[in-house]
Amino acid sequence: MLSLLEVKELKAYYGQTQALYDVGFDIAEGGITTLLGANGAGKTTTLRAICNMVRRDGTIRFGGKDLGGMPTEEIVRLRIAHVPEGRGTFTTLTVDENLRIAAYTNRDKGVVAAERDRVFGYFPRLKERIQQQAGTLSGGEQQMLAIARALMLKPRLMLLDEPSFGLAPLIVVEIFRILRRINEEEKVSILLVEQNAALALDLATHAYVLETGRVVMSGPSEVVKNDENVRKSYLGY
Amino acid sequence: MEQFLQQLASGLANGAIYACVALALVMIYVSTDHLNFAQGEMAMFSTYISWQLMAWGLSFWVAFILAVLISFVLGVLIERIILRPLHTAPVLSVVVVFIGLLAICNSMAGAIWSYLIKEFPSPFPKSAFGIAGVIGPHQLGVVLVTLIVLTLLFLFFRFTPLGLAMRAAAQNPQMARLVGVRVDWMLALGWGLAAAVGAVAGIMVAHIVYLDPNMMAGILLYAFASALVGGIGNPGGAVVGGFIVGVLENMVAYAGNMIEKETGVYIIGNGEKLTVALVIVIFVLTVKPAGLFGRVVVKRV
Repeated sequence: MLSLLEVKELKAYYGQTQALYDVGFDIAEGGITTLLGANGAGKTTTLRAICNMVRRDGTIRFGGKDLGGMPTEEIVRLRIAHVPEGRGTFTTLTVDENLRIAAYTNRDKGVVAAERDRVFGYFPRLKERIQQQAGTLSGGEQQMLAIARALMLKPRLMLLDEPSFGLAPLIVVEIFRILRRINEEEKVSILLVEQNAALALDLATHAYVLETGRVVMSGPSEVVKNDENVRKSYLGY
Repeated sequence: MEQFLQQLASGLANGAIYACVALALVMIYVSTDHLNFAQGEMAMFSTYISWQLMAWGLSFWVAFILAVLISFVLGVLIERIILRPLHTAPVLSVVVVFIGLLAICNSMAGAIWSYLIKEFPSPFPKSAFGIAGVIGPHQLGVVLVTLIVLTLLFLFFRFTPLGLAMRAAAQNPQMARLVGVRVDWMLALGWGLAAAVGAVAGIMVAHIVYLDPNMMAGILLYAFASALVGGIGNPGGAVVGGFIVGVLENMVAYAGNMIEKETGVYIIGNGEKLTVALVIVIFVLTVKPAGLFGRVVVKRV
Protein backbone atom coordinates (compact mmCIF):
# COMPACT_ATOMS: atom_id res chain seq x y z
CA MET A 1 0.00 0.00 0.00
CA LEU A 2 1.15 3.53 -0.72
CA SER A 3 2.32 5.38 2.35
CA LEU A 4 1.00 8.90 2.72
CA LEU A 5 3.15 9.97 5.65
CA GLU A 6 6.63 8.63 6.28
CA VAL A 7 8.35 9.48 9.52
CA LYS A 8 11.95 8.42 10.09
CA GLU A 9 14.32 9.00 12.98
CA LEU A 10 12.15 11.76 14.35
CA LYS A 11 13.59 13.54 17.35
CA ALA A 12 11.94 16.39 19.20
CA TYR A 13 13.10 18.73 21.93
CA TYR A 14 11.56 21.03 24.51
CA GLY A 15 14.44 23.36 25.30
CA GLN A 16 17.25 21.08 26.42
CA THR A 17 14.98 18.12 27.06
CA GLN A 18 14.69 15.52 24.36
CA ALA A 19 11.15 14.16 24.10
CA LEU A 20 11.37 11.84 21.09
CA TYR A 21 14.18 9.44 20.20
CA ASP A 22 14.22 8.23 16.60
CA VAL A 23 10.51 7.67 16.24
CA GLY A 24 9.56 6.14 12.91
CA PHE A 25 6.27 5.09 11.39
CA ASP A 26 4.28 5.00 8.16
CA ILE A 27 0.70 5.94 7.53
CA ALA A 28 -1.08 4.26 4.68
CA GLU A 29 -3.25 6.32 2.37
CA GLY A 30 -6.86 5.97 3.45
CA GLY A 31 -6.10 4.17 6.68
CA ILE A 32 -6.57 4.94 10.35
CA THR A 33 -3.43 4.66 12.44
CA THR A 34 -3.25 5.12 16.18
CA LEU A 35 -0.42 6.04 18.50
CA LEU A 36 -0.80 4.52 21.94
CA GLY A 37 1.16 5.16 25.07
CA ALA A 38 1.04 6.35 28.64
CA ASN A 39 1.18 9.98 29.73
CA GLY A 40 4.46 11.53 28.70
CA ALA A 41 5.27 8.84 26.14
CA GLY A 42 5.51 11.43 23.37
CA LYS A 43 2.22 10.97 21.52
CA THR A 44 1.22 14.63 21.48
CA THR A 45 4.82 15.64 20.79
CA THR A 46 4.85 13.40 17.73
CA LEU A 47 1.79 15.16 16.31
CA ARG A 48 3.26 18.55 17.14
CA ALA A 49 6.56 17.58 15.53
CA ILE A 50 4.80 16.61 12.29
CA CYS A 51 3.36 20.14 12.11
CA ASN A 52 6.63 21.78 13.16
CA MET A 53 5.24 23.11 16.42
CA VAL A 54 8.24 21.91 18.45
CA ARG A 55 11.94 21.87 17.66
CA ARG A 56 12.50 18.71 15.70
CA ASP A 57 14.96 16.74 13.67
CA GLY A 58 14.65 13.78 11.31
CA THR A 59 12.76 13.04 8.13
CA ILE A 60 9.07 13.63 7.60
CA ARG A 61 7.64 13.10 4.14
CA PHE A 62 4.05 13.74 3.20
CA GLY A 63 2.98 12.42 -0.21
CA GLY A 64 6.67 12.29 -1.09
CA LYS A 65 7.21 15.93 -0.06
CA ASP A 66 9.79 16.77 2.60
CA LEU A 67 8.26 18.78 5.46
CA GLY A 68 11.72 19.66 6.83
CA GLY A 69 11.93 23.39 7.45
CA MET A 70 8.37 24.19 6.51
CA PRO A 71 6.42 26.46 8.88
CA THR A 72 3.21 25.13 10.46
CA GLU A 73 0.83 27.14 8.29
CA GLU A 74 2.42 25.88 5.06
CA ILE A 75 2.28 22.27 6.26
CA VAL A 76 -1.42 22.77 6.99
CA ARG A 77 -1.90 24.13 3.48
CA LEU A 78 -0.63 20.81 2.10
CA ARG A 79 -3.91 19.55 3.62
CA ILE A 80 -2.74 18.11 6.89
CA ALA A 81 -5.36 19.05 9.47
CA HIS A 82 -4.30 18.97 13.10
CA VAL A 83 -6.99 18.89 15.80
CA PRO A 84 -5.04 19.78 18.94
CA GLU A 85 -5.80 18.39 22.37
CA GLY A 86 -8.12 20.30 24.66
CA ARG A 87 -10.77 21.37 22.16
CA GLY A 88 -8.94 23.66 19.85
CA THR A 89 -11.53 26.26 18.96
CA PHE A 90 -11.43 30.04 18.79
CA THR A 91 -13.60 30.64 21.83
CA THR A 92 -14.48 34.27 21.10
CA LEU A 93 -15.49 33.56 17.49
CA THR A 94 -18.83 32.12 16.48
CA VAL A 95 -19.30 28.57 15.22
CA ASP A 96 -19.74 29.96 11.73
CA GLU A 97 -16.54 32.01 11.95
CA ASN A 98 -14.61 29.05 13.35
CA LEU A 99 -15.55 27.09 10.25
CA ARG A 100 -15.06 29.89 7.73
CA ILE A 101 -11.59 30.71 9.05
CA ALA A 102 -10.36 27.36 7.78
CA ALA A 103 -11.38 28.35 4.26
CA TYR A 104 -10.38 32.01 4.39
CA THR A 105 -8.06 31.77 1.40
CA ASN A 106 -11.02 30.74 -0.72
CA ARG A 107 -12.50 33.89 -2.24
CA ASP A 108 -15.61 32.11 -3.51
CA LYS A 109 -18.30 32.58 -0.86
CA GLY A 110 -20.63 30.10 -2.52
CA VAL A 111 -18.03 27.34 -2.41
CA VAL A 112 -17.25 28.05 1.24
CA ALA A 113 -20.92 27.95 2.15
CA ALA A 114 -21.40 24.67 0.28
CA GLU A 115 -18.36 23.22 2.03
CA ARG A 116 -19.77 24.30 5.39
CA ASP A 117 -23.12 22.68 4.68
CA ARG A 118 -21.39 19.45 3.72
CA VAL A 119 -19.52 19.50 7.05
CA PHE A 120 -22.80 20.13 8.87
CA GLY A 121 -23.94 16.82 7.37
CA TYR A 122 -21.62 15.11 9.85
CA PHE A 123 -22.36 17.48 12.72
CA PRO A 124 -26.02 18.55 12.52
CA ARG A 125 -25.80 19.77 16.12
CA LEU A 126 -23.36 22.51 15.15
CA LYS A 127 -25.77 23.82 12.55
CA GLU A 128 -28.26 24.65 15.29
CA ARG A 129 -25.55 26.64 17.09
CA ILE A 130 -24.20 28.43 14.05
CA GLN A 131 -24.22 31.97 15.48
CA GLN A 132 -23.22 30.98 19.01
CA GLN A 133 -19.78 31.80 20.39
CA ALA A 134 -17.60 28.70 20.42
CA GLY A 135 -16.74 29.27 24.07
CA THR A 136 -20.38 28.78 25.06
CA LEU A 137 -20.63 25.30 23.52
CA SER A 138 -20.49 22.12 25.60
CA GLY A 139 -17.25 20.15 25.65
CA GLY A 140 -18.53 17.60 23.17
CA GLU A 141 -19.78 20.28 20.82
CA GLN A 142 -16.44 22.08 20.97
CA GLN A 143 -14.65 18.88 20.07
CA MET A 144 -17.07 18.40 17.19
CA LEU A 145 -16.41 21.97 16.07
CA ALA A 146 -12.67 21.37 16.13
CA ILE A 147 -13.08 18.29 13.94
CA ALA A 148 -15.54 20.09 11.67
CA ARG A 149 -13.08 22.94 11.23
CA ALA A 150 -10.34 20.46 10.35
CA LEU A 151 -12.68 19.01 7.69
CA MET A 152 -13.10 22.48 6.18
CA LEU A 153 -9.42 22.27 5.22
CA LYS A 154 -10.32 19.33 2.94
CA PRO A 155 -7.53 17.31 4.52
CA ARG A 156 -5.79 14.28 3.08
CA LEU A 157 -4.53 13.50 6.56
CA MET A 158 -6.14 14.37 9.86
CA LEU A 159 -4.10 14.39 13.08
CA LEU A 160 -6.36 13.94 16.09
CA ASP A 161 -5.05 14.50 19.59
CA GLU A 162 -7.17 12.85 22.30
CA PRO A 163 -10.61 13.55 20.84
CA SER A 164 -12.20 11.68 23.76
CA PHE A 165 -10.53 13.83 26.41
CA GLY A 166 -12.91 14.78 29.23
CA LEU A 167 -16.07 13.84 27.36
CA ALA A 168 -19.02 11.70 28.43
CA PRO A 169 -18.83 8.10 27.11
CA LEU A 170 -21.91 8.50 24.93
CA ILE A 171 -20.47 11.58 23.23
CA VAL A 172 -17.18 9.77 22.70
CA VAL A 173 -18.96 6.91 20.95
CA GLU A 174 -20.78 9.40 18.75
CA ILE A 175 -17.56 11.21 17.83
CA PHE A 176 -15.76 7.98 17.00
CA ARG A 177 -18.66 6.89 14.81
CA ILE A 178 -18.39 10.17 12.94
CA LEU A 179 -14.63 9.74 12.57
CA ARG A 180 -15.16 6.34 10.92
CA ARG A 181 -17.67 7.90 8.51
CA ILE A 182 -15.27 10.72 7.70
CA ASN A 183 -12.52 8.20 6.99
CA GLU A 184 -14.73 6.16 4.70
CA GLU A 185 -16.75 8.86 2.94
CA GLU A 186 -14.14 11.60 2.63
CA LYS A 187 -11.17 9.26 2.06
CA VAL A 188 -9.32 11.09 4.81
CA SER A 189 -6.42 9.23 6.37
CA ILE A 190 -6.34 9.58 10.14
CA LEU A 191 -3.55 9.54 12.71
CA LEU A 192 -5.18 9.20 16.11
CA VAL A 193 -3.58 9.75 19.49
CA GLU A 194 -5.62 8.29 22.32
CA GLN A 195 -5.42 7.45 25.99
CA ASN A 196 -8.42 5.20 25.58
CA ALA A 197 -6.57 2.33 23.91
CA ALA A 198 -9.56 0.00 23.55
CA LEU A 199 -11.53 2.60 21.65
CA ALA A 200 -8.57 3.56 19.48
CA LEU A 201 -7.71 -0.05 18.59
CA ASP A 202 -11.31 -0.66 17.56
CA LEU A 203 -11.23 2.23 15.13
CA ALA A 204 -7.71 1.93 13.79
CA THR A 205 -6.28 -0.46 11.25
CA HIS A 206 -2.71 0.04 12.45
CA ALA A 207 -1.21 0.84 15.81
CA TYR A 208 2.12 2.03 17.17
CA VAL A 209 2.97 1.93 20.86
CA LEU A 210 5.23 4.65 22.25
CA GLU A 211 7.17 4.49 25.48
CA THR A 212 9.35 7.37 26.70
CA GLY A 213 9.82 8.76 23.24
CA ARG A 214 10.47 5.50 21.37
CA VAL A 215 8.32 3.15 19.32
CA VAL A 216 8.29 -0.14 21.20
CA MET A 217 5.75 -2.02 19.17
CA SER A 218 3.78 -1.75 15.98
CA GLY A 219 1.49 -3.77 13.76
CA PRO A 220 -2.09 -4.26 12.64
CA SER A 221 -4.58 -3.35 15.38
CA GLU A 222 -5.75 -6.94 15.76
CA VAL A 223 -2.23 -8.11 16.50
CA VAL A 224 -1.45 -5.25 18.88
CA LYS A 225 -4.76 -5.74 20.65
CA ASN A 226 -3.89 -9.34 21.47
CA ASP A 227 -0.38 -8.65 22.62
CA GLU A 228 0.11 -9.64 26.22
CA ASN A 229 1.93 -6.45 27.30
CA VAL A 230 -0.45 -4.11 25.54
CA ARG A 231 -3.40 -5.90 27.11
CA LYS A 232 -1.96 -5.57 30.57
CA SER A 233 -0.61 -2.04 30.30
CA TYR A 234 -3.19 -0.27 28.18
CA LEU A 235 -6.34 -2.36 28.02
CA GLY A 236 -6.35 -3.39 31.65
CA TYR A 237 -7.33 -7.04 31.49
CA MET B 1 -26.31 76.43 27.29
CA GLU B 2 -24.57 77.39 24.09
CA GLN B 3 -21.21 77.25 25.82
CA PHE B 4 -22.10 73.83 27.17
CA LEU B 5 -22.89 72.57 23.66
CA GLN B 6 -19.67 74.05 22.35
CA GLN B 7 -17.67 72.28 25.00
CA LEU B 8 -19.49 69.04 24.29
CA ALA B 9 -18.79 69.36 20.55
CA SER B 10 -15.14 70.12 21.04
CA GLY B 11 -14.93 67.20 23.47
CA LEU B 12 -16.38 64.90 20.82
CA ALA B 13 -13.89 66.16 18.25
CA ASN B 14 -10.94 65.57 20.61
CA GLY B 15 -12.47 62.26 21.61
CA ALA B 16 -12.56 61.15 17.97
CA ILE B 17 -8.80 61.72 17.75
CA TYR B 18 -8.14 59.89 21.02
CA ALA B 19 -10.38 57.06 19.80
CA CYS B 20 -8.30 56.58 16.64
CA VAL B 21 -4.96 56.53 18.44
CA ALA B 22 -6.40 54.32 21.20
CA LEU B 23 -7.69 51.92 18.56
CA ALA B 24 -4.25 51.81 16.95
CA LEU B 25 -2.73 50.95 20.34
CA VAL B 26 -5.31 48.25 21.00
CA MET B 27 -4.92 46.69 17.54
CA ILE B 28 -1.26 46.04 18.24
CA TYR B 29 -1.86 45.14 21.87
CA VAL B 30 -4.38 42.37 21.20
CA SER B 31 -2.09 40.60 18.78
CA THR B 32 1.26 41.07 20.53
CA ASP B 33 0.53 41.99 24.18
CA HIS B 34 2.74 45.04 23.73
CA LEU B 35 1.85 48.71 24.02
CA ASN B 36 3.44 50.60 21.16
CA PHE B 37 4.87 53.76 22.76
CA ALA B 38 5.91 54.98 19.31
CA GLN B 39 2.32 55.05 18.00
CA GLY B 40 1.98 58.80 18.51
CA GLU B 41 5.33 59.62 16.90
CA MET B 42 4.52 57.39 13.95
CA ALA B 43 1.29 59.34 13.49
CA MET B 44 3.22 62.60 13.73
CA PHE B 45 5.62 61.40 11.04
CA SER B 46 2.68 60.48 8.81
CA THR B 47 1.28 63.96 9.30
CA TYR B 48 4.56 65.44 8.11
CA ILE B 49 4.41 63.20 5.04
CA SER B 50 0.98 64.59 4.17
CA TRP B 51 2.28 68.13 4.81
CA GLN B 52 5.20 67.48 2.45
CA LEU B 53 2.88 66.12 -0.24
CA MET B 54 0.73 69.25 0.06
CA ALA B 55 3.85 71.41 -0.10
CA TRP B 56 4.63 69.69 -3.39
CA GLY B 57 1.28 70.88 -4.67
CA LEU B 58 -1.14 68.02 -4.05
CA SER B 59 -4.60 68.79 -2.75
CA PHE B 60 -5.47 68.00 0.86
CA TRP B 61 -7.47 64.86 0.23
CA VAL B 62 -5.02 63.37 -2.26
CA ALA B 63 -2.20 64.03 0.20
CA PHE B 64 -4.37 62.57 2.99
CA ILE B 65 -5.02 59.31 1.15
CA LEU B 66 -1.42 58.98 -0.04
CA ALA B 67 -0.05 59.65 3.45
CA VAL B 68 -2.38 57.05 4.95
CA LEU B 69 -1.27 54.49 2.35
CA ILE B 70 2.41 55.31 2.85
CA SER B 71 1.92 54.98 6.62
CA PHE B 72 0.33 51.58 6.10
CA VAL B 73 3.36 50.41 4.12
CA LEU B 74 5.78 51.90 6.68
CA GLY B 75 3.88 50.16 9.49
CA VAL B 76 4.16 46.82 7.70
CA LEU B 77 7.88 47.39 7.08
CA ILE B 78 8.57 48.35 10.70
CA GLU B 79 6.99 45.10 11.84
CA ARG B 80 8.71 42.94 9.24
CA ILE B 81 12.18 44.47 9.61
CA ILE B 82 12.49 45.80 13.15
CA LEU B 83 10.11 43.69 15.23
CA ARG B 84 10.26 40.34 13.45
CA PRO B 85 13.64 39.43 15.03
CA LEU B 86 12.15 40.25 18.46
CA HIS B 87 9.21 37.83 18.36
CA THR B 88 10.61 35.70 21.12
CA ALA B 89 12.45 38.51 22.92
CA PRO B 90 11.62 39.46 26.53
CA VAL B 91 9.08 42.25 27.04
CA LEU B 92 11.67 44.78 28.16
CA SER B 93 13.66 44.44 24.94
CA VAL B 94 10.53 45.21 22.98
CA VAL B 95 9.78 48.22 25.19
CA VAL B 96 13.28 49.55 24.59
CA VAL B 97 12.81 49.12 20.84
CA PHE B 98 9.51 51.02 20.99
CA ILE B 99 11.17 53.86 22.85
CA GLY B 100 13.98 53.82 20.31
CA LEU B 101 11.43 53.96 17.52
CA LEU B 102 9.79 56.93 19.24
CA ALA B 103 13.09 58.80 19.45
CA ILE B 104 14.00 57.94 15.85
CA CYS B 105 10.65 59.17 14.44
CA ASN B 106 10.88 62.32 16.50
CA SER B 107 14.42 63.26 15.58
CA MET B 108 14.03 62.25 11.95
CA ALA B 109 11.01 64.51 11.61
CA GLY B 110 12.98 67.30 13.28
CA ALA B 111 15.98 66.73 11.01
CA ILE B 112 13.95 66.63 7.81
CA TRP B 113 11.33 69.29 8.51
CA SER B 114 12.88 71.24 11.43
CA TYR B 115 11.37 71.74 14.87
CA LEU B 116 9.63 74.97 13.89
CA ILE B 117 5.91 74.86 14.45
CA LYS B 118 4.00 74.83 11.19
CA GLU B 119 0.41 75.70 10.41
CA PHE B 120 -1.65 72.88 9.04
CA PRO B 121 -4.68 73.49 6.81
CA SER B 122 -8.20 72.27 7.40
CA PRO B 123 -9.92 70.69 4.41
CA PHE B 124 -13.40 71.57 5.59
CA PRO B 125 -15.12 74.65 4.11
CA LYS B 126 -15.51 77.48 6.60
CA SER B 127 -19.08 78.31 5.73
CA ALA B 128 -22.02 75.96 5.29
CA PHE B 129 -20.38 73.28 7.39
CA GLY B 130 -20.94 72.77 11.07
CA ILE B 131 -23.63 74.38 13.19
CA ALA B 132 -23.05 78.03 13.97
CA GLY B 133 -22.22 78.63 17.60
CA VAL B 134 -22.18 74.95 18.49
CA ILE B 135 -19.71 73.00 16.42
CA GLY B 136 -17.11 74.46 14.09
CA PRO B 137 -16.53 73.15 10.58
CA HIS B 138 -13.21 71.49 11.42
CA GLN B 139 -14.54 69.81 14.56
CA LEU B 140 -17.54 68.40 12.73
CA GLY B 141 -15.28 67.27 9.89
CA VAL B 142 -12.93 65.49 12.29
CA VAL B 143 -15.81 63.64 13.92
CA LEU B 144 -17.23 62.60 10.54
CA VAL B 145 -13.91 61.47 9.04
CA THR B 146 -12.94 59.43 12.09
CA LEU B 147 -16.40 57.86 12.29
CA ILE B 148 -16.12 56.83 8.64
CA VAL B 149 -12.66 55.34 9.22
CA LEU B 150 -13.79 53.51 12.35
CA THR B 151 -16.85 52.13 10.54
CA LEU B 152 -14.73 50.91 7.63
CA LEU B 153 -12.38 49.17 10.04
CA PHE B 154 -15.29 47.57 11.86
CA LEU B 155 -16.75 46.28 8.60
CA PHE B 156 -13.33 44.98 7.55
CA PHE B 157 -12.77 43.02 10.76
CA ARG B 158 -16.33 41.82 11.04
CA PHE B 159 -17.19 40.79 7.49
CA THR B 160 -14.11 40.00 5.41
CA PRO B 161 -12.19 36.70 5.43
CA LEU B 162 -8.93 38.59 5.93
CA GLY B 163 -10.38 40.46 8.91
CA LEU B 164 -11.54 37.15 10.36
CA ALA B 165 -8.07 35.69 9.89
CA MET B 166 -6.55 38.69 11.70
CA ARG B 167 -8.95 38.28 14.62
CA ALA B 168 -8.18 34.57 14.79
CA ALA B 169 -4.43 35.22 14.70
CA ALA B 170 -4.80 37.73 17.53
CA GLN B 171 -6.94 35.43 19.67
CA ASN B 172 -4.85 32.29 19.34
CA PRO B 173 -1.79 32.43 17.07
CA GLN B 174 -0.86 28.78 17.36
CA MET B 175 -4.36 27.60 16.52
CA ALA B 176 -4.53 30.09 13.65
CA ARG B 177 -1.43 28.51 12.16
CA LEU B 178 -3.16 25.15 12.39
CA VAL B 179 -5.88 26.38 10.07
CA GLY B 180 -3.34 27.73 7.60
CA VAL B 181 -3.36 31.41 8.62
CA ARG B 182 -0.01 33.11 7.94
CA VAL B 183 0.15 34.63 11.41
CA ASP B 184 3.36 36.59 10.84
CA TRP B 185 1.78 38.44 7.94
CA MET B 186 -1.35 39.11 9.96
CA LEU B 187 0.83 40.82 12.59
CA ALA B 188 2.49 42.95 9.93
CA LEU B 189 -0.92 43.85 8.49
CA GLY B 190 -2.08 44.82 11.97
CA TRP B 191 0.89 47.16 12.28
CA GLY B 192 0.09 48.63 8.90
CA LEU B 193 -3.53 49.25 9.84
CA ALA B 194 -2.55 50.75 13.19
CA ALA B 195 -0.10 53.10 11.49
CA ALA B 196 -2.80 54.09 8.97
CA VAL B 197 -5.40 54.83 11.66
CA GLY B 198 -2.78 56.81 13.57
CA ALA B 199 -2.05 58.79 10.41
CA VAL B 200 -5.74 59.71 10.09
CA ALA B 201 -5.70 60.96 13.69
CA GLY B 202 -2.50 62.95 13.19
CA ILE B 203 -3.65 64.63 9.99
CA MET B 204 -7.02 65.50 11.52
CA VAL B 205 -5.62 66.93 14.74
CA ALA B 206 -2.73 68.88 13.19
CA HIS B 207 -4.98 71.82 12.30
CA ILE B 208 -5.92 72.15 15.98
CA VAL B 209 -2.58 71.54 17.72
CA TYR B 210 -0.33 72.74 14.85
CA LEU B 211 2.35 70.63 13.24
CA ASP B 212 5.57 69.99 15.14
CA PRO B 213 7.55 66.88 16.07
CA ASN B 214 6.11 66.85 19.58
CA MET B 215 2.47 67.37 18.59
CA MET B 216 1.35 63.84 19.55
CA ALA B 217 2.98 63.56 22.97
CA GLY B 218 -0.07 64.72 24.93
CA ILE B 219 -2.47 62.97 22.60
CA LEU B 220 -0.72 59.63 23.12
CA LEU B 221 -1.26 60.01 26.87
CA TYR B 222 -4.95 60.66 26.30
CA ALA B 223 -5.07 57.67 23.97
CA PHE B 224 -3.50 55.44 26.63
CA ALA B 225 -6.09 56.76 29.04
CA SER B 226 -8.88 56.03 26.56
CA ALA B 227 -7.66 52.52 25.85
CA LEU B 228 -7.39 51.76 29.56
CA VAL B 229 -10.79 53.22 30.36
CA GLY B 230 -12.42 51.19 27.59
CA GLY B 231 -10.51 48.01 28.34
CA ILE B 232 -7.11 47.59 26.73
CA GLY B 233 -8.03 44.38 24.94
CA ASN B 234 -11.27 45.64 23.45
CA PRO B 235 -11.21 47.68 20.19
CA GLY B 236 -14.82 48.86 20.56
CA GLY B 237 -14.12 49.79 24.17
CA ALA B 238 -11.08 51.83 23.15
CA VAL B 239 -13.19 53.87 20.71
CA VAL B 240 -15.91 54.53 23.29
CA GLY B 241 -13.17 55.24 25.85
CA GLY B 242 -11.73 57.86 23.49
CA PHE B 243 -15.03 59.73 23.30
CA ILE B 244 -15.59 59.40 27.06
CA VAL B 245 -12.17 60.87 27.89
CA GLY B 246 -12.55 63.63 25.28
CA VAL B 247 -15.95 64.75 26.51
CA LEU B 248 -15.17 64.29 30.19
CA GLU B 249 -12.04 66.46 30.20
CA ASN B 250 -13.96 69.29 28.55
CA MET B 251 -16.93 68.92 30.86
CA VAL B 252 -14.74 69.06 33.95
CA ALA B 253 -13.00 72.18 32.66
CA TYR B 254 -16.40 73.68 31.78
CA ALA B 255 -17.76 72.95 35.24
CA GLY B 256 -14.64 74.53 36.74
CA ASN B 257 -15.13 77.67 34.67
CA MET B 258 -18.79 77.88 35.73
CA ILE B 259 -17.89 77.59 39.40
CA GLU B 260 -15.28 80.28 39.01
CA LYS B 261 -17.79 82.56 37.30
CA GLU B 262 -20.42 82.04 40.01
CA THR B 263 -18.23 82.11 43.08
CA GLY B 264 -15.00 83.66 41.91
CA VAL B 265 -13.08 80.71 43.32
CA TYR B 266 -10.77 78.93 40.91
CA ILE B 267 -10.83 75.20 41.53
CA ILE B 268 -10.20 73.59 38.20
CA GLY B 269 -9.90 74.78 34.61
CA ASN B 270 -8.35 74.21 31.21
CA GLY B 271 -4.89 73.86 32.70
CA GLU B 272 -5.87 70.76 34.63
CA LYS B 273 -7.42 68.87 31.72
CA LEU B 274 -4.64 66.31 31.42
CA THR B 275 -4.51 65.84 35.17
CA VAL B 276 -8.23 65.21 35.19
CA ALA B 277 -7.89 62.64 32.43
CA LEU B 278 -5.21 60.78 34.34
CA VAL B 279 -7.18 60.89 37.58
CA ILE B 280 -10.11 59.34 35.69
CA VAL B 281 -7.84 56.56 34.47
CA ILE B 282 -6.54 55.78 37.95
CA PHE B 283 -10.07 55.85 39.32
CA VAL B 284 -11.40 53.48 36.64
CA LEU B 285 -8.50 51.13 37.02
CA THR B 286 -8.93 51.03 40.79
CA VAL B 287 -12.63 50.27 40.62
CA LYS B 288 -12.66 48.23 37.44
CA PRO B 289 -9.14 47.05 36.61
CA ALA B 290 -10.16 45.48 33.29
CA GLY B 291 -11.63 48.78 32.06
CA LEU B 292 -15.29 49.61 31.52
CA PHE B 293 -15.76 47.15 28.66
CA GLY B 294 -12.86 44.82 29.34
CA ARG B 295 -13.38 41.24 30.30
CA VAL B 296 -11.51 39.81 33.21
CA VAL B 297 -9.26 37.16 31.77
CA VAL B 298 -8.69 34.24 34.06
CA LYS B 299 -5.54 32.40 33.17
CA ARG B 300 -5.13 28.80 34.19
CA VAL B 301 -1.76 27.90 35.51
